[in-house]
Amino acid sequence: MIEILSYEFMQKAFISGIVIAIACSLLGVFLVLRKFSLIGDGIAHISFGGVATGLLFNITPFIGALLFGLIGSFGIIKLKEKSAVYSDTAIGIVSHVSLGIGIFILSIASGLNVDILSYLFGSILSIKTTELLLSLSLALLVIVFIIIYYKDLFYMSFDEESARVSGIKVNFLNSMLLILTAVTIVCSMNIVGLMLASSLIILPAASALQIKTSFKKTLIYSVLISVFSVIAGLIIAYNYDFAVSGTIVILNALFFLLILLHSKINNLSSNIK
Amino acid sequence: MHSLINLSSVSFSYTDSDVIKNISFSVKKGDFVGLIGPNGSGKSTLLRIILGILTPRKGVVSLFGKELKKFGEWEKIGYVPQKATNIEKNFPATVYEVVSMGLLSIQKFPKIITKREDSKIKEALTSVSMENFSQRRITELSSGQQQRVLIAKALVVSPEILILDEPTTGVDQENKESFYNLLGKLNNKGMTILLVSHDIGRITKYVNKVASINQKIEFYGTYKEFCLKDAAYKKEYKLYSDKG
Ligand SMILES: Nc1ncnc2c1ncn2[C@@H]1O[C@H](COP(=O)(O)OP(=O)(O)OP(=O)(O)O)[C@@H](O)[C@H]1O
Ligand SMILES: [Mg+2]
Repeated sequence: MIEILSYEFMQKAFISGIVIAIACSLLGVFLVLRKFSLIGDGIAHISFGGVATGLLFNITPFIGALLFGLIGSFGIIKLKEKSAVYSDTAIGIVSHVSLGIGIFILSIASGLNVDILSYLFGSILSIKTTELLLSLSLALLVIVFIIIYYKDLFYMSFDEESARVSGIKVNFLNSMLLILTAVTIVCSMNIVGLMLASSLIILPAASALQIKTSFKKTLIYSVLISVFSVIAGLIIAYNYDFAVSGTIVILNALFFLLILLHSKINNLSSNIK
Repeated sequence: MHSLINLSSVSFSYTDSDVIKNISFSVKKGDFVGLIGPNGSGKSTLLRIILGILTPRKGVVSLFGKELKKFGEWEKIGYVPQKATNIEKNFPATVYEVVSMGLLSIQKFPKIITKREDSKIKEALTSVSMENFSQRRITELSSGQQQRVLIAKALVVSPEILILDEPTTGVDQENKESFYNLLGKLNNKGMTILLVSHDIGRITKYVNKVASINQKIEFYGTYKEFCLKDAAYKKEYKLYSDKG
């Protein structure tokens, strides 16, 4: 354990992993409740276009992904407002256009294909200090925003119309959720990679929701599960030389199954009594 | 005395044809207004216009003497939407947490529940006889109980007006009666109430005014006048009371 922490890249991985795990799991609860959980995947696709564009034009891929992610989420908001498409269709359109751009760029610049893998699947070895600092501060901003607005987001998820009548700025918060998701996905790119970026958003939240408790505790459980899976995932992956992203996701899936089984057994035993 | 709710010549359309046509209508302090009309007649739409969720194509809406655009004191208005009991199957919230949402319109950052607010929540739950359920998950209650919790959520800020859209859907006969009783009591204490209901037969004891709409205002006056109105109304009235 101590030995792991003596490597600088592991220190970076732990610090950014934990902060990002908190941001993802908080955001996740709201996205899952709003039936918006696939937005993470959509934005990951969008960001892929940004990574490719960044590599081609020699811009830090992190910045490219962030720009594409933000522009893409604005695109989704506008497309939803101005046309008659459903939100999942809007996500589909914008993300596939961006993914297409990414693949097109990669095909004309064939020398880049090796680098792109680390963005797709995550690579804690390649976290640069600037990227680390940027992603840390962005993830912290996401966390602060949610701490400030979590009650309003909670009310909105429960009943959007009543929340609006209570003076809650529903449109603003809906847009912010999308923007924060874009930021968070890009921040988690180095740890879990774009392919699995939205897993940290969906899985811990889904597990916590299975526990069937109050809202506050659901948020806390989501954070605990997420942080634990990242810490344990990093340690296991380091010791056995596994892929970090895959290990984290498998741990999360195990959590989900365990909680599901536990509540089923509880139900059964209470039915028998 | 000025009106708490005032609409003058309001028209509204979702698409191209108006579903609310030139409606003028006002609710005075202390009124208990029963708003009736067949399905699709625009009752919920009218409430959404009053609440500023929808903006009318034409006409002016004012609340407490202020034009809607300039109105900001939403804590004075409690709202219980139609189908409020369609709560997401697994929504993670306790009864206490749901009622505390009602406080958000008056809370300032950091929106932590103070001792006073805590006792308000308990008071609101007691007023709907749900005080023993505060730590239960809202999804684990019957729909009638959920409805009462949602009323507590509307009452928790002690609003001056309570606006309810068919709040008794899914509530059994006995609980309907005690629910209307509760509204009657609140009204006696001075709360102004605007209630959309198909239950005209049952609410007559409590309401002092009836508004019947079908895109336009068809009738607005006291319940007595309503009964004396032409046979068409009586037929409609019978129709409603048959529904139970
Ligand atoms: N979101 C919407 N988009 C388009 N048209 C709508 C929308 N909501 C309602 N309408 C239409 O507006 C009219 C009035 O609907 P509204 O929901 O206000 O009726 P209501 O009187 O509340 O009916 P109910 O008794 O069934 O609740 C209906 O013809 C309905 O089809
Ligand atoms: Mg209605």
